[in-house]
Amino acid sequence: MSGALGRVVRAGVGRRRTQTAVMVLTTLLSVAAAVLALGLLVVSSAPFDRAFARQHGAHLTVEFDGSAVTRDRLAATARAPGVAETAGPFALVSVRLRGEGPVPPGFEPPPLTVVGRSSADGPVDAVSLNEGRWVRSAGEIVLEARALPPGLVLGDRVTSGTAELTVVGIASTAGASADAWVVPDGLPALAGARQPAFQMLYRLTAAATRAEVAAGREAVAAAVPADAVAGTQSYLDVREAAQEDRGAFVPFVAAFALLGLAMSVLVISVVVSGAVSAATRRIGILKSVGFTPSQIGRAYVAQALLPGSVGAVLGVALGNALSVPLMAEVAAAYGTGIEPIPLWVDLVVPAAALAVVAVTAFGPALRAARLPTATALRVGPAAGGARGRRIRGLLGRLPLPRPVTLGLAAPFARPARSVTTAAAVTFGALAVTFAVGLGNTLVAVKADGDPNRGGDVTVRTVAPPEPGEQLPGKPADPVAVAAATAALPGTGSVYRTTRTQIGVAGLKGGAPLVAYEGDTAGSRHTMVAGRWFEAPGEAVAPTRFLRATGLRVGESVALSEQGRTVRVRLVGEVFDLGGNGMVLRTAAASVASLDPRYMPAVFFVTVAPGTDSAAYAERLNTAVSPLGARAAVTEVGKSSVILAMQALIVMLTVMLVVVACLGVFNTVVLDTRDRVRDLGVCKALGMTPRQAVAQVLTSVAGIGLVAGVVGVPLGVGLHSWVMPAMGRAVGTTIPPADIDVYGAPLLALLAVAGMVIATAGALLPAGRAARTSTAHALRAE
Amino acid sequence: MPEPDPAHLIDLSDVGRTYDDGPAALSGLTLRVRRGEALAVLGRSGSGKSTLLNLLAGLDRPSTGRVTVDGLRVDRLSEAACAKYRRSHVGMVFQFFNLLDDLTVLDNVLLPAQLAGADRTAAAARAAELLDRLGIARHARAHPGRLSGGERQRVAVARALMNRPPLLLADEPTGALDSASGADVRELLRELNAEGQTIVLVTHDLALAEACATRTIELLDGRIARDVAAVTR
Repeated sequence: MSGALGRVVRAGVGRRRTQTAVMVLTTLLSVAAAVLALGLLVVSSAPFDRAFARQHGAHLTVEFDGSAVTRDRLAATARAPGVAETAGPFALVSVRLRGEGPVPPGFEPPPLTVVGRSSADGPVDAVSLNEGRWVRSAGEIVLEARALPPGLVLGDRVTSGTAELTVVGIASTAGASADAWVVPDGLPALAGARQPAFQMLYRLTAAATRAEVAAGREAVAAAVPADAVAGTQSYLDVREAAQEDRGAFVPFVAAFALLGLAMSVLVISVVVSGAVSAATRRIGILKSVGFTPSQIGRAYVAQALLPGSVGAVLGVALGNALSVPLMAEVAAAYGTGIEPIPLWVDLVVPAAALAVVAVTAFGPALRAARLPTATALRVGPAAGGARGRRIRGLLGRLPLPRPVTLGLAAPFARPARSVTTAAAVTFGALAVTFAVGLGNTLVAVKADGDPNRGGDVTVRTVAPPEPGEQLPGKPADPVAVAAATAALPGTGSVYRTTRTQIGVAGLKGGAPLVAYEGDTAGSRHTMVAGRWFEAPGEAVAPTRFLRATGLRVGESVALSEQGRTVRVRLVGEVFDLGGNGMVLRTAAASVASLDPRYMPAVFFVTVAPGTDSAAYAERLNTAVSPLGARAAVTEVGKSSVILAMQALIVMLTVMLVVVACLGVFNTVVLDTRDRVRDLGVCKALGMTPRQAVAQVLTSVAGIGLVAGVVGVPLGVGLHSWVMPAMGRAVGTTIPPADIDVYGAPLLALLAVAGMVIATAGALLPAGRAARTSTAHALRAE
Repeated sequence: MPEPDPAHLIDLSDVGRTYDDGPAALSGLTLRVRRGEALAVLGRSGSGKSTLLNLLAGLDRPSTGRVTVDGLRVDRLSEAACAKYRRSHVGMVFQFFNLLDDLTVLDNVLLPAQLAGADRTAAAARAAELLDRLGIARHARAHPGRLSGGERQRVAVARALMNRPPLLLADEPTGALDSASGADVRELLRELNAEGQTIVLVTHDLALAEACATRTIELLDGRIARDVAAVTR
């Protein structure tokens, strides 16, 4: 670029500070939103695959009977057909780890697979450390993130039998090879008298299908004595389980990413085209002093690219900075380590944005460059007056204050700019509508998807004691608790639930069963199909249970316990996000003949009308505490996945709305600059500052209203399309009531979202227009 | 300082105006204009003519002194009050017409009344009367871009008179017109003044001043260098 051209570019950028700032900010926000959205999309598109690839995860994890095979024999399985790489053998033991806090009676911590490994690294399953460090000596333990007991942090101590261990690290293994790791020397202390098992981790030469993994398993099994294989795990099964939560993110993150990219294109095109067309007279001047059309084109593309590049670089930085807490949420939700936004996203997004800037700037710049110099010089700031005169004349006849009708007519002077701005605001209104619906549905889903919650007050017959308190020796007597509850004034209806694991015909490992006793009217369940159970012999089950068993509502299922069997008829499909969507619910009487071994009971009390729940809960707690039970107001459950989604939704919506506002801001800045003389004339004729503000605001309010009216149904449509997809992704059916969250008042409110976005974007330039010196504006000609 | 005299529509007392650290645009200017007078303000570029006009229109504030028009202390008015003052007390005619190109002639003329929230029927009648009086009624539905310079200036005058302001300010009203149109506008202003309209006219055009003004002042470096009553008109 020649020196003269460079000076023209720098002067142009410096002279139009507002447009330069808008261009920097718009590009910044567009790129940040797109980097964040695309980054999340990429990270969420295959988190398991990427983590698995990075960790060089095991295609096949095999547990061997430690008494049936030697280490040497296991090491030799590395040469089995189809085996590419191996890690191990590692000693393995299954233990129940207890934290420092007391464990309530009736509950047992789940069994965890602890592996003796001296290093997190290795040719297969290179475990990622999320926090802390790897184990160095006996007495230390690293826990897998998903196996971390609630409340446990680095430095805490856990025990198993007489063995005491300090938690020194928290790690992630994509292939789910273990729940915890200790140094090999530390394992015997955990195993005690038991013979530890062995674990081998295999990568196979071909592992794309279940058949290929099964072939690898057979080859390994053939290389060891018969019955030496105690259990195997395919990475395909682990991946399937890991993809459930990830799937829920993909539909709405993809929707936001597309919205962000579409808005970026629109806003950048509005900003750049406006900047170039506003400079037409300047282009005429440059041509008159000898600039060629090519130089003009390059100068104006560069003038757009300069702030665009600054915005793009800052946008990449902002997108990455914002992604850190979100990625942590997503990582927690996915059970994977924290992943940064991929480098290619940081390169491709700004490059694409700058390409859009260049293309959109080049078109108008070239048009202006080709204008005859005299014509370009004649183009004044109030161009566009001849367009849409008829409709503007008609608007002038409306029985509204003149500043309002002048404002309403303004968009027709530059219809192309108005349409593009309206499109940007429409996307903003669409994003707000979609986000509000998404938020409402997630709140509804969180509330409705937990049938374990019910009544106004919950009484647990076993509850963690307060610090310093002794653990009760056994759960509170449910009969005594029921009697104490019934005797308390203010008690409305009461039911209790007890939980057990029960055999289900055709279902490996059975399913959790919740048995109900009492009046279940206070149970907060939501039905997807059918009805709640009403009589003994009836049961309800969630979507995934029905899918796994191949049963439908109306059919019967056989339940078993220790050889005893009973049949219950499935009368409804209940919305249940807990228990992996496999919890069967029925009256206790339905399964009484099975004599199941229940966990401690939980009571749910619906207070009598007019009774204060909190006060009642306190009185009830006083009554049942001596029995060893705890009463408290029923609380809404928490879901880290839904919290992560809500954080994402808020952030993406705010960013999109800000971009839409900036689009409007730029349009209004351009329009008021174009019409500064007209504004000066009106002020000279007696237009007050308030009337000037009204005129500028109404010039975009109409656009905003139209954008809202168009954007709201589009947002509702997008929501009604994305939500069922999110439900399907997590193996459930979201009840229609939780999807139909837009009431008429909400829709009416959302319809003005476009107007709010438009007027918010116009407020600053409107204020500036009101303060513009009339004498100065009149000289603008 | 002497009290404003009700016989004087305009009363400027010891008015000074400086911009930043530059020389004074106006300095110690004291000027009284009687109702019904047509005052021509002459002077070279930079002599303070436009500053004086802006002060009278409430578009600018003096650095010192006071500006009183029709008994109103214009220099003390807020922005909103200035706007209302312009609606009710001042009509402005500009060198380059300053008509809104996207409004019809009629809509341009109606604008001051509409901004003032005047009754629509009364405003329409007044606009029709003015367009008829100024000979441009046939152009009511046309847009200003289709009119000649003289016709556009007539539209501007009609707009300026719409709210029956006691003061008409004209800034080089013939500066952008050919000689025939200029003569036409000169005659129009003379007629308006003859009907009692107070006019302050800023111009380089001695012929215009001689034809229209009942009094002429000449500004030099922000001060009145000459103040003469017209002998004949």
